[in-house]
Amino acid sequence: MAVAADSLTGGFAQPVYDSQAVFRLMMDGMARPGTVKTVATDVGAPAPLGLAAGAIALALCDHDTPVWLTAALQKSAVPGWVSFHSGATITREKAEARFAFIEAGTALPSFGLFASGTQEYPDRSATLVIEVAALDDGKALTLSGPGIAATRGMRVKGLPDGFTGQWTMNRALFPRGVDVVLTAGDRFLCLPRTVLITLAEG
Amino acid sequence: MSDLATYNFAYLDEQTKRMIRRAILKAIAIPGYQVPFASREMPMPYGWGTGGVQITASIIGPDDVLKVIDQGADDTTNAVSIRAFFAKVANVAVTTHTHDASIIQTRHRIPEKTLLEGQVLVYQVPIPEPLRFLEPRETETRTMHALEEYGLMHVKLYEDIALNGHIATTYAYPVKVAGRYVMDPSPIPKFDNPKMHLSEALQLFGAGREKRIYAIPPHTAVVSLDFEDHPFEVQTFDRPCALCGAEDVYLDEVILDDKGGRMFVCSDTDHCEERRACGCVGELGVKQEAAE
Amino acid sequence: MYVAVKGGETAIANAHRLLADKRRGDRSLPAISSEQVIEQLTLAVDRVMAEASLYDRALAALAFRQARGDMIEAIFLLRAYRTTLPRFGTSLPIDTGHMLIERRVSATYKDLPGGQLLGPTFDYTHRLLDPSLLEDGPVEEGERRTEACEPAMRVSDILAGEGLIEGDGTLQEDEGGGDLTREPMEFPMSRDLRLQALARGDEGFLLALGYSTQRGYGRNHPFTGEIRIGEVEIELYVPELGFAVSLGDIRVTECQMVTQFKGSSKVPPQFTRGYGLVFGQSERKAMSMSLVDRALRAREFGEDILAPAQDEEFVLSHCDNVQATGFVEHLKLPHYVDFQAELDLVRRMRGEYEASRPGTQIPQTKEAAE
Repeated sequence: MAVAADSLTGGFAQPVYDSQAVFRLMMDGMARPGTVKTVATDVGAPAPLGLAAGAIALALCDHDTPVWLTAALQKSAVPGWVSFHSGATITREKAEARFAFIEAGTALPSFGLFASGTQEYPDRSATLVIEVAALDDGKALTLSGPGIAATRGMRVKGLPDGFTGQWTMNRALFPRGVDVVLTAGDRFLCLPRTVLITLAEG
Repeated sequence: MSDLATYNFAYLDEQTKRMIRRAILKAIAIPGYQVPFASREMPMPYGWGTGGVQITASIIGPDDVLKVIDQGADDTTNAVSIRAFFAKVANVAVTTHTHDASIIQTRHRIPEKTLLEGQVLVYQVPIPEPLRFLEPRETETRTMHALEEYGLMHVKLYEDIALNGHIATTYAYPVKVAGRYVMDPSPIPKFDNPKMHLSEALQLFGAGREKRIYAIPPHTAVVSLDFEDHPFEVQTFDRPCALCGAEDVYLDEVILDDKGGRMFVCSDTDHCEERRACGCVGELGVKQEAAE
Repeated sequence: MYVAVKGGETAIANAHRLLADKRRGDRSLPAISSEQVIEQLTLAVDRVMAEASLYDRALAALAFRQARGDMIEAIFLLRAYRTTLPRFGTSLPIDTGHMLIERRVSATYKDLPGGQLLGPTFDYTHRLLDPSLLEDGPVEEGERRTEACEPAMRVSDILAGEGLIEGDGTLQEDEGGGDLTREPMEFPMSRDLRLQALARGDEGFLLALGYSTQRGYGRNHPFTGEIRIGEVEIELYVPELGFAVSLGDIRVTECQMVTQFKGSSKVPPQFTRGYGLVFGQSERKAMSMSLVDRALRAREFGEDILAPAQDEEFVLSHCDNVQATGFVEHLKLPHYVDFQAELDLVRRMRGEYEASRPGTQIPQTKEAAE
């Protein structure tokens, strides 16, 4: 475990209100896939965890939700920080995790290794929080599905290789599947498993 | 013993809220699917809206404006009681005006006024399982949803037609959400079913005693089950609201005397009051200022 | 002219004021104290604690008073308080073999180590109303043992010595026991969760179900191996200390029902058990619970599931009286929107019915459909 001081600092200044605010952004984001949300309060997440990713961890994780971290995050102060502030245990088993955090520029683990729920209980699935370079620049994609009136445009810079291919396979599992949150610094957007992602034309 | 009276913001403890919040997020990601959750014992009885109250308590923040209705009305006793509960434990602003509310908790109705983006409608649900009255066992109904095996429901509706000439379900009329899950819309009259379809608002459903949460995201297809030769149709009223003259709204029948006298008035009290404030008058209404 | 009914808030406030007034009753009589309830209505307090699953006499007595003696309302009050309490940890399993016994009876042995102890029981009292209670006269002290209480061997341990009864089972390292107040129910349910549901379950419901097994609806040939009532120690293991600390003593009633089992291809014939454990003193509840527990093990023993008491979903979905009372009583909430929809349908169907009978005179009554 890395430097303890990094692990103990930060957190929500007002846990009750801050976690409610972050959750509401997330609820609205899941209900309206692809809309970009901005987290207003800093949580002092240790690098390389972004602000939005850190805030989501604090708002939703606790000792009922095993958290999976990439090798790089494992080596950072992040495991200590997440455990200290949320009470969540860090697991090495992808299939056990309810939340997984992936920093920018890392190879994307296969979605299929995470819990996708069962046909009877499709809710017992992981939520993957993936950091990208930017959410207002880069590759233009088009989203459609529940929560979107017709289509919604989305721009992502630094989307991991193979993401769209994996997403297509994930969507084919419906009602099973993982749900994804793309984060970039203090911003994030949600991609529930129902969303159809296509390359924007022109 | 005085510390008995200190409760967290919005009553529930933070761990319970996180658990419910995670369930809500999964519910939104799987439209119409009932997410099991560890419903808590609330300080009001099961069957009186504990599921809706737990959802509202988990999503509400200090900036929200809450409206609570029962049977469409803001002044029915249970609506009054739940509104007072949140005003007390969350210290939030409350309103009776549909368009001013960010969260609307409801029992048995959807407001007449079209809901907008940013609004959340929270339904209180007694029996979340649409197949429950056809098959009482949870183990069976869960498998039916898993296999998307809804033949039993169609058989039931068709038996109605064979027996009565039309579908005899008038409320809690089953719908299919986003083309996958058959869902119970809670005991709203089927008159309200079309309002769920492609709504701009997020719709959340909470069943406390049965421990289920489910959701319809905005802009999601919600189709009432029917047959080609017997299409779904809603109730119609052959007269307008007696107070405000509104047509195409759901009406309550009010008995006026013991000689069969009766009148029909808007079930949505806010809608009725707003219309009257704008000068609309029905046959038994009076021009403005009459009702406080 | 018609004005919609207003003033729900005032009506509610007034109703609650009237309730408080009725609760206090005649002001010329002294108010009843929680201490009096705890001391003199002990079994009521015990039932509230048991079905609320919160062991706190003072709060249970308060709830009982606040509920005007309505047991289910008192249980509900205490449950709604319990749900807000933080969980510090899980205690170690209690050891009823080391119980400080107040009452212990076995129907399977005439005499046994530790003896039969009748204790404070209604059994063998003649149910004749006792007018002397009206006078608050002096009451004799009870006869109590003078020597220290030795742990009494449990009847199940006696039978286990010969291998005649199934074992206690062993708790796996990572098995803490589930908690259905923290996790959603899922069927089929494991026995630990079933027992939790039964321990919280309504005494009357379990009594009726237990009774039904005796009358042939899921008969399992029960013998009361043992009932014991007394105090056991609650211990919590504290990892930081490396040992368990005592949190205090609680009174419980335990019932081990010994039942028949013919054996199967894998297991030789042996006695099986139904188990009941309840906070406080309640033999009726503990015995009923043990009968129903055994009935619910039908699947485990490959028995046919034919009777209500053997039907897990039926029993466990309906044994909670707080849930049951809420849903039954919610029928008094307004339902006029749905009723209006049904009125409309019935009127339409009556119209169609009459129209389909040409030549029939429609009786002109006030209730006739429009």
